[in-house]
Amino acid sequence: MEEALKIGKRVFKSRLMVGTGKYPTNEIMKKALDASGAEVVTVAVRRVNLDRTRASMLDHIDTKKFTLLPNTAGCYTAADAIRTAMLAREALETEFVKLEVLGDEKTLFPDNEALLESARVLVKEGFSVLPYTNDDPIMARKLEDLGCAAVMPLAAPIGSGLGIRNPHNIRIILETVKVPVIVDAGVGTASDAAVAMELGCHGILMNTGIAGAKDPVGMAKAMRLAVEAGRLAYLSGRIPKKLYASASSPLQGLIE
Amino acid sequence: MKIRVNGQARDVEDGVTVKGLLAALDIKPQGIAIDINREIVPKSRFEETLIKEDDVIEIVRMTGGG
Repeated sequence: MEEALKIGKRVFKSRLMVGTGKYPTNEIMKKALDASGAEVVTVAVRRVNLDRTRASMLDHIDTKKFTLLPNTAGCYTAADAIRTAMLAREALETEFVKLEVLGDEKTLFPDNEALLESARVLVKEGFSVLPYTNDDPIMARKLEDLGCAAVMPLAAPIGSGLGIRNPHNIRIILETVKVPVIVDAGVGTASDAAVAMELGCHGILMNTGIAGAKDPVGMAKAMRLAVEAGRLAYLSGRIPKKLYASASSPLQGLIE
Repeated sequence: MKIRVNGQARDVEDGVTVKGLLAALDIKPQGIAIDINREIVPKSRFEETLIKEDDVIEIVRMTGGG
């Protein structure tokens, strides 16, 4: 009954995307990625360390199994984000990019103006752009109009674990755009993931919620189940909420 | 000649190519990207691209991130 998740030309079975930052060890990361069932994993573009030869982090990720989604994390201007995306495309030979242009170090909220500017350029350059955006339906519409392959509204600030702070806006975004809506950032635990999926979101991208848990491998599995459960509940159509009780057992045939 | 690589001042031989620089730095060309003075050098041109005095070079690759 479940249809696949389509982002641009790509098709995925899993609706959970996972970041690769902040794990206690590469070994734990590897196990957590497997436990999550994710097919898409995000990576960041950084300078090669010239002072000591370190094994590449990509040695720990099976690139035949996972689709790498490079991000432009840490960019504060459209120019830096565009340049980072181009470098990622060159390094990985992929047109896939999670576009992140930050406005402020404290909140890590997106800079809307720079986001639109860089999205416009990257779409024209042939990238499949997945923009990290505010939970703002107008921004989502503008990003879709520019040709982005999906929109990725934040649930709450990056790494905050606050969960879906504005479910109503997420619902309006879902009604506003036709491209997939992937909740990105702020998911803290399994119920947060389930809430996002029950709203009808097409997927979730998370990193800290898994990597920062006491047992990242256990949490990765919990998130996988929550995303699947939430999606299934959404597709199955929940009952309306009512103020008063309605009995589950028949009212007829009670003994006297 | 003097160049800058990833924010560090470096002294390299005149006439060195991108390929030669990577070899000198012991960096394998797989999975990396390079820009010189903010211009990307495609992998297919590593061998023919000459590095010039005062070039500002960035060599990047993927690391863990969200």
